Formats: sequence, structure tokens, C-alpha cells
Amino acid sequence: MNRANFHEARWDEPIIMELGSEGERGVLIPEMEPEVLAATAGACELIPSGLLRKKPPKLPEMSQPQVLRHYLRLSQETIGAAFDIDIGLGTCTMKYNPVIHEAFAKSPKIKELHPCQPEESVQGILEILYNTQEYLKEISGMDAFCLLSGGGSQAIFSNVLVLRAYHETYHKGEQRDEIITTMLSHPGNPGAAATAGYKVITLMPDKSGYPDMQALKAALSSRTAGLMITNPEDTGLYNPHIREIVDAVHSVGGLCIYDQANLNGLFGITRARDAGFDMCHYNLHKSFSAPHGSQGPACGAQGVTAELEPFLPNPAIRFDGNKYYFDYNREKSIGKIRKFYGNPSVVLKAYAYIRTLGGEGLKQAAELSILNNNYLLARLSEVKGLTLPLAEGVRRIEQSRLSWKPLTEETGVTTDDIDRRVVDYGLQSYFSSHHPRVIPEPFTPEPCETYSKADIDEFSDIFKAISEEAYLTPDLVKSAPHKAALATQIKEEYLHDIHLLATTWRAYKRHEGRQ
Amino acid sequence: MKKDFVYPYMPNSAPKAKKEMMDALGISSVSDLYNSVIPEDLRLDRPLNLPEPIPGEHALKTHLESILEKNNSCNEYLNFLGAGCYRHFVPAVCDEIAGRAEFLTAYCGDTYSDHGKMQAIFEYQSMMGELLDLDVISYTTYDAGQAVCSSLRMALRLGRSSQRKELLLPATMNPEILSQVKSYCRGVAQIRIMDCDPKTGRADLAKLRTMLSDKTAAVFLENPSYLGFFEENAEEIGRMAHETGAVFIVSPDVASLGVVESPANYGADIVCGDIEPLGIGMHYGGGCAGFIGVRDDPRYIKEIPTYLYGIAQTQNEGEFGWGRALNERCSHGSRELANEYFGTASGLWAIAAGVYLALMGPGGMRELGEQIMRRTSYAVKKLSEIPQISVDPLGGTKFQEFIINFDPCGKTVQEINKFLLKHKIFGGKDLSGDFPKLGQSALYCISEITTVKEIDRLCDILRQATKEESR
Repeated sequence: MNRANFHEARWDEPIIMELGSEGERGVLIPEMEPEVLAATAGACELIPSGLLRKKPPKLPEMSQPQVLRHYLRLSQETIGAAFDIDIGLGTCTMKYNPVIHEAFAKSPKIKELHPCQPEESVQGILEILYNTQEYLKEISGMDAFCLLSGGGSQAIFSNVLVLRAYHETYHKGEQRDEIITTMLSHPGNPGAAATAGYKVITLMPDKSGYPDMQALKAALSSRTAGLMITNPEDTGLYNPHIREIVDAVHSVGGLCIYDQANLNGLFGITRARDAGFDMCHYNLHKSFSAPHGSQGPACGAQGVTAELEPFLPNPAIRFDGNKYYFDYNREKSIGKIRKFYGNPSVVLKAYAYIRTLGGEGLKQAAELSILNNNYLLARLSEVKGLTLPLAEGVRRIEQSRLSWKPLTEETGVTTDDIDRRVVDYGLQSYFSSHHPRVIPEPFTPEPCETYSKADIDEFSDIFKAISEEAYLTPDLVKSAPHKAALATQIKEEYLHDIHLLATTWRAYKRHEGRQ
Repeated sequence: MKKDFVYPYMPNSAPKAKKEMMDALGISSVSDLYNSVIPEDLRLDRPLNLPEPIPGEHALKTHLESILEKNNSCNEYLNFLGAGCYRHFVPAVCDEIAGRAEFLTAYCGDTYSDHGKMQAIFEYQSMMGELLDLDVISYTTYDAGQAVCSSLRMALRLGRSSQRKELLLPATMNPEILSQVKSYCRGVAQIRIMDCDPKTGRADLAKLRTMLSDKTAAVFLENPSYLGFFEENAEEIGRMAHETGAVFIVSPDVASLGVVESPANYGADIVCGDIEPLGIGMHYGGGCAGFIGVRDDPRYIKEIPTYLYGIAQTQNEGEFGWGRALNERCSHGSRELANEYFGTASGLWAIAAGVYLALMGPGGMRELGEQIMRRTSYAVKKLSEIPQISVDPLGGTKFQEFIINFDPCGKTVQEINKFLLKHKIFGGKDLSGDFPKLGQSALYCISEITTVKEIDRLCDILRQATKEESR
């Protein structure tokens, strides 16, 4: 497939704050009835002077067609996963988001539900939430699930709070203030542990690519509260010593939390509980097909053992054989993690996904994502200047962390340059690595099961082509992108200098006036 | 499932492609790929025990619809619930833009591939900046609860060098958010609840003065309060907080800000809350998304724990791009050294809220705020005509919520709500559990889409509900 003529839409769309003109309106709200007008005073009389707004907000004044057009143009300048071969964004599991799920989520039967409605009026959505928990229990081997977190990192945090509550209950008086994680686990893990007050110990990978076992053993002590780990880590390497690691942490009284934000290569193949984990979490907006929505709304599903169930956030959802209901009568609960019940629409999509595929279908998804990844690696091995560091000859699961280090050394072209250049081929930006970059010039693709062989071939060919460009015409790559919605590189200092940073148009204009 | 079943979402489940790929790898079974790395004793030796699949789209639709049918939505029932999630008019254009596959399926794409998304988020921040009269607006958080939690932690970090660890919170605080705060700030703060005047619910300023000290990190207010009334003395409370060197944090209702002053203009250092009222919809509580706003002060900006989308010039005059700024503040940038953890939260709702603010403009926001207050005022007047209930016992200025106390008629909120439900009305949120001192009270909510007819119907049914025989 050759997309030499690809060009992203480029509208040079002005900032909305500069559009429209005085007196225009984009939408009207209902008229006030005469009864209301007759019986009530206006805002100036209703509001005490100290609270009355003095100057109206300087929002744009625009008519509806112009607002719609502006945002449609901005949408065209965005490469969502539905538009591209979104293999580049590894660890994020950019799989197909079934369109029919959106139709379900748009139903007034969920969209127009108020979270405080009586239980008898929401039996349908409670059934979906409850059954999804049951399915996730089977998929993970865990004893209980909680779907209340509004994102993967929030579920990680919620797991840390459960861990904290557990130790406070069962290890009173002990000083368990350390959490161990690994450098190639998601940074939300050390972030969440530190937010909850824990000291973080980070294990580095050894030559095999796995976290250093000696370092783990040295880190374990009576101060160990727990372990937070991803497996496979960002490298796609499945750690076969995982049970040994879990047992070692248990032996000093710590709990083990499994970050399974990305479950995609393991459905039906291996389960968190079977490896001894006490807790895990799934991002339903990743492996379970709900869309990422420009970074949310999302859902982190939190799974725990029976022993830890009492600590889960409130409320629990129960079924008495006749009706579904919320249970707030849980004195050990860590309390609310998010208002109401998280994002039930996201759970609805995950429910639809699980029901569509069933057990065999989910395993098929895992197997095909592994097949796709290993096929992709075979194809990418043809790309000059790109390597697969760590654990030579060991199969990866659903994703891989590669390195452009040889190419950078030979051409001066970096992974960040290539990341910009891919847009000229119709791909959205790819994922290099979280910080710090343990593997130099990283690139982390993840070819989910929803990409075809032809997609993977096209994707591989693009990197082959860019590599050739880097060796022959490096400036072409270094000055990329050329065909993106924005094709001039930004002045990065605006994002790094706190005095130049402007998150609003008014701040920008004031800064410019000042200069 | 038959062995060679082809799944519509999985192109390589078709035998031809699958075989080509396996041949290229020299394997005869996909399990060859993972059996070599996943130890046998960890592998599941049986199929997952899940319900039979429903692979066909039409059958799936029938199945899902039959379950969703069991819900009764606010389209079918009259709704008077608020309490942190508000049913407002959602313009069709907001739904259209939030449903665009470009935005719906985008994720971390950055400056170049997702120029439009970055601009839309920056524009949301810019319009929120105008609504709040503040220069710095964060990327959305999970919900107002998270925004409040993070704002309080910001204040704690700002007061760390001077050992300020006390957080003063209102006695009428949203109980859900209070619960979130208790979890989030445990170990790093002492939470103290400000006394309030039991007759009005407003903060007791004399007592507040005795609670404030050089240990106070922050004073937090909800304005309007969870119970609906405005804290008319907010400016004075802010002044008192500042006199002791504490940070003043206020959470407004964004739907009020066309007519009600932004907390930034009565002294708030951090303004935080939820954007759910702005063209998003309820989604059974899933429409919540938090915001944090501060002045253009590096001390405060450095403490914001979530993404900040900044505007940047390019080499071309008048051309802009956008990027995530000062990422070392965030856990993605510096792991455990970050301000706090954060992650994917509610970005799509930021885009929808931006569309809403552009459609409404200053005129729409003014009308919205005024209408809600007048309709609420109308509802209080009409409901007050009903004997044996006490409507709006706390009095004073309110936005869109108020209390109805049922003690005079001797009925519980549960009994009243049960009666209302029979008449297809969702009565107000029962406060008797969270605020026992208020007796059998419920929190009623009115919005710009609550009509006179609906309020009259509520009056009618409540009249019946309070009578002895309706028990």
C-alpha cells in the first residue's frame, strides 16, 4: 500500500476566541413561562451584590453553523484510532471500538439516568455492572471486582488504598511504608504509591529484560507493604519467574498488585490469581474495547481476593436472587474513590464486548494479538537501524519495545524525529516510552488483534521507508512532519518555560502584550 | 464456536491470513509462541467459563436493549434529583462533536497528528478561563471530587515549608467528595470540619476565627453549597483565610457563573469543580469531569498534578501548535517524585464542554444562570403552599437546590419518595442518612429544563403524598 499522496486536513483554523461577533448565539435554552416571570425577581435582585457577576465572561459569540464547522474542522485535524493503523501506540491497546457499542451508550436508557435514582428504576444497568464483575472474576481468577474507578491510574491508586487499609487492619503497629515496583511498570504505580504516602523502591531490568531478582530480594523486609508490577512489562516480555517474585513478597507479609491495564495478550491464557496476586486491575478502555475518548471517560476495573473485598471502595453491587442493589454497609471500605459509580457507560461497552466474544473469542483475541506482534517483529527486523534490545531470541507477548539507537548513531535521526515523520504516512504519533527512557531511542508498537496482515505489512513498510529516508535524506525526517495538520515545528520553550506557558488564550495574549 | 470461526473484529481469524503469518514465523500453532515463555503451571488449562457468545450484531443489540429496557430514565420520569449530578439541556451539536470518531477514538496523539484535538482542548481551557476569570486551567480530572482532592493537596504542598497541615472543610460538604478527600489526604493532613449555624447552614464565622491558625493549609467552600444555598459570606471567609496565610479554595457550580461571580473575584486562590453541567449529560454519573483553575502564578502552576496543555508559536508568524507542558510535575514525567499520580480521566468531556460554552456564549450563560435561579425560586414559592412540609428551611439565596423537610407531616423521605415513584417522579435525594440533624429532609433540584407544568405536578403529588392515607 502506497499512500504517497496522503495529506492530513489542514484548515489553519483560528482560535475560537477570535471567532464570531457580538450578539450571535449558537443555541437557545427554553423560554421562561409567564408564571415564572410574574412570580420571581430577576438575577440582580435574587443574588446578593457581593456574589453578583460584575463582568460577563468573554466567551465567543457564535452562531450554530460556525461552531459546528469549527469543531468539525478540528476533528479532521485529529487522527483517531478509527482512522489509522494505530499499532504505534503500544501499551495503550488501540483496538477497534465497535460502533454498535456507541449506539448502546447513546440510549436514553443509560444517558438519561440520574445516579441517585431508586434502585428499582435502574435494574438494567445494575445487572450489567454486576454481571461484568462476575465475568471479570472468571477472567482474572479474583474473588471480587469493583468498577468504580474513573481510569486505570485511579484503579491503581484504589488498589494502593486497599493495601494500606489491609495493613492497618492486620499489621497494626508495624511500619510497612515501602512499595516495590519496576522501572518498566507503568509510572502510575510509583505515582499512586507515593500519593498514598509510600516510599517507592524501583527495580531495574537486568540483561534478561526482567527485573533483577537479587535487587528484589535485597529490597524485601518487614517494611515491605507490597509489590506493584506489570507482566508482560512494556517490553512485551512475560516474566516466567512471576510466581517466585509473588511468593517472595508474600513471605515478608507484603501484598502483590498486578497492573493489567493491558490484558490483551493474556485473555484465557493465564490469570492474575493463578500467579498468586492479591489484586489486579484492567483498563476497560483498552483490552475490553471501549474507546479512549481523547483520554477518557475511562474505567479501571479493580479485582481483589476475598480477604481484601471488604476494603474495596463504596458502594458494592449485590444481587439477592431477585434484584440488584447497592451495599454501603461496609465499615472497612476505603470509602468513595469517584463520585457515584465511575463510568457505567464504559462498563456497558466492556460488557457488550465480553458477551460478543465469549471465553473462546477472548482467547482468540489474545492469541491473535500475540501472533500479530511476533509477525510484526519479523517484519520490523528487516528495518535498518532498528533493534529489539534485551532477551535476544525470547518471544514477546502482545507488544515490544524496540530501539532506534543504531539508526540515531548512524544518521542523527532520533525516535522523536521519526515519531513526527510517521504522521506524513497517515499514522498518529507513536509511543516511545515513559520517562526515564531505559532503552535508548525507544519505540513501542502493539498490533492488536483487530489489525489485519495487510495493516501490519503497511505499518512495517512505513518504518522501512522512514529508515531509508533517515540514511539517505535525514533532513527530510528531522524536519518532519510535512503533511500533517501542523507541519511547522513548535517552539518547545513554550512548554518548558513556566513564564511562557499559557494554557488559555487570555494568558497568551497577556504574555505577548508584556513582551 | 466452530474451530475455524471468523470473528468480524479480528481479520486474522480468517484461516488464509492466519496461515500466512504462521508460515512466516515457522510455527504450526499460535500457542507455540507463548508456551515457550509462560510456564505451564501458570497457564489456564480450561476454557474461560463465560456465557455463550452472541457474535451477531443484531442479536447483541436485542440482548442489550432487553436489559436496558429495565431502566426508567429521566426522559420517562420527572426528575428532581441533583446532589452532584445535574440534568441540563444538552445541545445536539455537543453530542455530535463528542461522538465524532476522530475525538472519540483518539488518545495520546500529540502536537502534530492531533493538532485539532490539542486546539479543542486548549480552547476548552481558554473558555473555562473566561468563565472562571482565571488564566490557568488544567486538563480535566476524574470528577469534581478528584479536583477538590488535588486542590487540597496543592494547598498542603504550598504550606509544607511552614508545617501547615490542617484543612478546614464545610459542615454541609458533599458527602461523596468528603469521603474522597478523607481517603486522599489521610496521612498528610488533618481534616477539620467548620461549624455552621444550624438554622442557616452557613459557616459560623466566629467559630471559624478560632479554628484558623498558622497550621491551616486551606479553607475550602462549596458555593453554592451541597445543600443548595450560597455562602453569602464567602468573601469574608476568604479574607480570614488569607489573614492567617491559608489558601482559599472554592468549588462553584459552573452553570451559575453567567450571573454569579467567579470565586476568583471574591478571593479564591484555587477554583475547582465539575463540568458535567456543560453540555455533557448525566450518563448515570459518568458525565462528571473535574477542573482546576489558578492565577498565572508559578508557585501554584507548579503544584497542579495533571496535564497542562500549552500554546506554542511556530516559525510561521501567527501559526500555533499545542503540547503538554511541564510534564515533570506529573507521574508520567517523574514517577514517585511527581506532585501526585494521575492518568487518563475524562478528556472527551472537555471537548464537549468547550462546544457548549461556544454555543451558549455570554448571553446563554447569563440566561442559564438566571433561569435556574428564577425557576428554583418559583418552585420554592409553589411548594411552600403545601401544608405540613417545610420548604427551604435554611433560606437565603440558593442556586438550584433546596431542602424539603417532611417532619411536620410525620413521614419519612423514603415513604414520600416511594409514593412519588408510583406517580413516575424521582423525588429529591434523601438527606436523612448523611445529615441526620436535618431530620427527614430531601434535597430537591430544579434546572432550566424543569417546567412550570412539572413543578405543578410535583406540588400536586406531594400534596397527596403528605396526607395520612397515602402511607
